Amino acid sequence: MAATEKELRLRDSQAAQRKDAEGVSGRPGDPANAIECRGVTKRYDSSKAGLRGATFTIRRGEFVFLVGPTGSGKSTLMRLLIKEFEPDEGKILVAGRDLGELSKKQLPFYRRNLGVVFQDFKLLSDRTVYENVAYALQVTGSSRSSIREKVPDILRLTGLATKLHHYPDQLSGGEQQRVSIARAFVNAPPLLLADEPTGNLDPETSIGIMQLLYRINRTGTTVLVATHDSTMVDRMRRRVLELAEGVIVRDEIGGRYAPTDMTTAEFGALLREPSPEPRRGDSPREPGDDFDEAFRD
Amino acid sequence: MNFGFFTREAFTSIARNAVPSFAALASVLVTLLVLGVFIPIVQATTGAANDVRGQVIVNVYMKSDATPADAQRVLAQVNKIDGVKSVQYVSKSAAYAKERRKNPEAYDLLGSNPLPDTLRVTPTNPDNALALVSAIQPQTPGGGRTTIDPSIDSVGSSKDNTEKILTATRVVKLTTGLLAALLIVASILLISNTIRLSVFSRRREIQVMKLVGATDGFIRWPFVLEAVILGALGAVLAVLLLGVMKVALVDPLVSDFALLSAPSTIGFGVLVAILLGAGIFVSAMGSAISLRRFLQV
Repeated sequence: MAATEKELRLRDSQAAQRKDAEGVSGRPGDPANAIECRGVTKRYDSSKAGLRGATFTIRRGEFVFLVGPTGSGKSTLMRLLIKEFEPDEGKILVAGRDLGELSKKQLPFYRRNLGVVFQDFKLLSDRTVYENVAYALQVTGSSRSSIREKVPDILRLTGLATKLHHYPDQLSGGEQQRVSIARAFVNAPPLLLADEPTGNLDPETSIGIMQLLYRINRTGTTVLVATHDSTMVDRMRRRVLELAEGVIVRDEIGGRYAPTDMTTAEFGALLREPSPEPRRGDSPREPGDDFDEAFRD
Repeated sequence: MNFGFFTREAFTSIARNAVPSFAALASVLVTLLVLGVFIPIVQATTGAANDVRGQVIVNVYMKSDATPADAQRVLAQVNKIDGVKSVQYVSKSAAYAKERRKNPEAYDLLGSNPLPDTLRVTPTNPDNALALVSAIQPQTPGGGRTTIDPSIDSVGSSKDNTEKILTATRVVKLTTGLLAALLIVASILLISNTIRLSVFSRRREIQVMKLVGATDGFIRWPFVLEAVILGALGAVLAVLLLGVMKVALVDPLVSDFALLSAPSTIGFGVLVAILLGAGIFVSAMGSAISLRRFLQV
């Protein structure tokens, strides 16, 4: 990327201004913002920056792609969001709550409100599919009867009804990723983070995984997907945040993987296209119901 | 806390990780077996050494013309010296009667009684026997020896023998003590390292648990319980083997070897309790300590 840092900053602020003008971004600290990052900077020991002054807001119910080449800071941002470490500068608010104020004791309870999906699935290899998903519920102290009820449900919805008692090794990559999505979503978290969920999968399987994530989004869950799968991003035309060398260089609604010179008309048409409405909150329903509905259409 | 759940988790986890579990159990079993054999040996050896040291006494021989009154006077004087535990007066005739019983022909041949009145002085600490000799028989400025009472003929401590006994028993006691200490340290290191390895092989699992939102306690308890179960199992097996060895090998020999019947040897019940306690405690601590590192995510 030939752009100097100054140019990058300029584009960053322009993007933010445009967003504000569009009214996409809520007021700072608004709990309606699923994620709010303000000047988040994370440096690693090596002088190469992990993230530099990232500022953006993601509203509840949005589906956002986080794109950029390897080393651009996507994973750093994800790890900051699950509070694996702290930012050096800036603030991260999730659902209006400052992550920096979370104590070590509160951390597990915060993480129960996140669904997390990784490129390498991170399944417990010595547990069956059923046990892997059940663990996420056991952690929250769910009763055995509710586990027996919810786990087969979510596995059926993710298309794994016949593989309940298989071990992760016996599944294909796509199936393993479905298990990890089932585990991430079984608690019906308001926010789902996926770090390169299709990174290890072939294009056909990737489409299935993305559809699953999209359906989850349709139930009202905010979904943030870090990826460098350009075909997927171009196909889905959701909001795109682009990172380059730790700086947010693009924030585009209905964007493509690579920046395009759009005509004003095209851009306007994209804006008129309704973005998914946040549904969580107005009628608290069983996550299973939401999923069934999502599958019906 | 959901104790039932944690116990079930601990047992299933032992079944899932059969090989590292067996390694931990075996290391507990072997070290406790060695300790169980060694502790009584150390005790019997120390006991025997102490018996030998208890036999170190100082003989004060009276002159042949000393009267019983002289002997009583000396006895009172010797009793006043520091470090004297007891003084026993053995009269000429008593000594003669005793010795004659051992060797009647020789004493019949002698006709008269050549034995002097004797005071047998037992020091409180065998190490002070030689100091006691000097106290009863102080050195004169000229280099010769005098005695604290004119009626004393000589003071015998069989200096060479006393020194030999004292040095030998001291070496035996020090060596066994050192070996015992080394063995205990080695046991603790071996058990806790094996447990550490089994925890280390599951660090990924712990990381996943943390990401799903498990609290530290929720992760730790099954691990610690698992270690307790393995430690207890290993200790019980070690105790059973020791019991078999005691009944089959040691008990039939007790009548033949004074060392084995030494009364100061630890009771079998106490030994069992110590081994069980040590096995469980060291395993549980080893697991809790090694977990601490991996819980920092």
